[in-house]
Amino acid sequence: MKSRTIKVDYLARVEGECALLVKMKGQQVTDVKLKVFEPPRFFEAFLRGRRFNEAPDITARICGICPVAYQMSACHAMEDAFGVKIPDPIRALRRLLYCGEWIESHALHVYLLHAPDFLGYEDAIRMAKDHPLEVQRGLRLKKAGNAIVNLLGGREIHPINVRVGGFYKIPKQAEFSALAEELKWARDAAIETVRWVATFPIPDFKRDYEFVALRHPDEYPFNEGRLVSSKGLDIPVREYEQHFVEEHVAHSNALQSVLKERDAYLVGPLARYSLNFDRLSPVAQEAARSAGLDSVCQNPFQSIIVRSVETVYACDEALRIIGDFKMPDKAWVDVEPRVSTGYGCTEAPRGIIYHRYRLDDRGVILDAKIVPPTSQNQKTIEGDLWQYVPANIEMQKDRLQWRCEAAVRNYDPCISCATHFLKLQIERE
Amino acid sequence: MTPERPSIVIIGVGNEYRSDDGVGVVIARRLKAQLPTEIKILEGSGEGASLLEAWQGATSVVVLDAAHSGAPPGTVHRFDASTEAIPSAFLNYSTHAFSVAEAVELSRVLHELPPHLIVYGIEGSNFEAGVGLSPVVEDAVKLVVARVVSELRH
Repeated sequence: MKSRTIKVDYLARVEGECALLVKMKGQQVTDVKLKVFEPPRFFEAFLRGRRFNEAPDITARICGICPVAYQMSACHAMEDAFGVKIPDPIRALRRLLYCGEWIESHALHVYLLHAPDFLGYEDAIRMAKDHPLEVQRGLRLKKAGNAIVNLLGGREIHPINVRVGGFYKIPKQAEFSALAEELKWARDAAIETVRWVATFPIPDFKRDYEFVALRHPDEYPFNEGRLVSSKGLDIPVREYEQHFVEEHVAHSNALQSVLKERDAYLVGPLARYSLNFDRLSPVAQEAARSAGLDSVCQNPFQSIIVRSVETVYACDEALRIIGDFKMPDKAWVDVEPRVSTGYGCTEAPRGIIYHRYRLDDRGVILDAKIVPPTSQNQKTIEGDLWQYVPANIEMQKDRLQWRCEAAVRNYDPCISCATHFLKLQIERE
Repeated sequence: MTPERPSIVIIGVGNEYRSDDGVGVVIARRLKAQLPTEIKILEGSGEGASLLEAWQGATSVVVLDAAHSGAPPGTVHRFDASTEAIPSAFLNYSTHAFSVAEAVELSRVLHELPPHLIVYGIEGSNFEAGVGLSPVVEDAVKLVVARVVSELRH
């Protein structure tokens, strides 16, 4: 029987390990394997013997795109361990910082990584030749998010101002106010983004996912809440490991997360949105409805619309926080180490990041566990391809390969968290 | 947002917890210790769109990154972005969904490329999770620091 192999180095044009393999025989898919590598395993070992206050800055280096998410989960876990409650003004500023990260991460993915898939371009550079205004809008939107992270994070690119208990230094009131004008532009640009992506040709595809996200009594989730799912899970963060388990799979260096009671699940924008639509601000809900979205979204290709809606929300929420800003008396609260185990889980742009630390009486880390969103979505991405490929098996191989890549990009897989290269291999027998 | 943009910007790119991937960051730190404070020196993760912002408005830019092109480890590649495209086989080992090379080319398409933009790519050998540079890459650091300092004098 004739066998064909297609290899694509889609991120880096170098030879490396295959990250996605799709095998087909006639009209049937016989295998789908997604391989990811997991720096968190290295970091878990690296953190042992370090002090609690080093965890936010060390784990921030796991990812160049979502350092804030790692810092936040690490801080919350340590504060949980030491029984510390963060005052409301500091809590609000953490939400503001998270807004900045969501805006920059979502704008990057929507405009530079995902939109070319829908508009039929190989990459954003080629797309920018025909759509320069849209690309410039995306870059400016991203910059508005960066401005928040730069201000609160203390410097450009890698934030260093976050500490267990709060911040090292709080910027001045006027510095926050100075962000507002651009954020008003950004909110309008984000609404425009929703309108733009809603015109994209979206494949007709749906799955009955188990969505998992944080849920807070009255906020769209960033830092806090219970872990809930669309199939009835409702637990405090500290019970995460009683319900979720990481399974070793032979084809991947990584561990795949599954729910013990059931199986694969989905984290990230689709899950957050579908479990928390009622917590979005009116302007974000309106943007979603005008784009034709229901309050639950089960089509992963529509994640580009949901990400854009979340960008509207993040701009809107950032403006609300800046408008209500009250200078805290102190930039941080002191913490007292004790023998303990702390749990933290926050909503990175790509979905929940879970941290757990066991500490001694001096606050030295005895062991650490970090579960990033991409490893949690890994099995669900494979599941999408098991269903998507047979429905499109007649497509020409180049086109099918491209569509498979796009299906993986629906999850905005965090390349630095999960893998060096995403290479795709399709074999037809 | 930074109100005043210095005209010279140096950006070291990479992840210091990925062994030789961090070479750009190491060079940036050494340069910071030697160069006048009016030269802006930044450390980046390599996420390309941030680079566009970092060099926006600058007249002269130097980007330092690890390379993984198959050349012998320690090899120093130098590209003048104003006259040539950056081969994408370079400079996109680790993070880099949108790499240095792509950031340069996107800037070019949008007519936002700084007048002078030099990219140094230092060939690494070990990109595994871990800290510290390979000895041969460490040697290249000294070379590049000297070259950049000399280049900025002229």
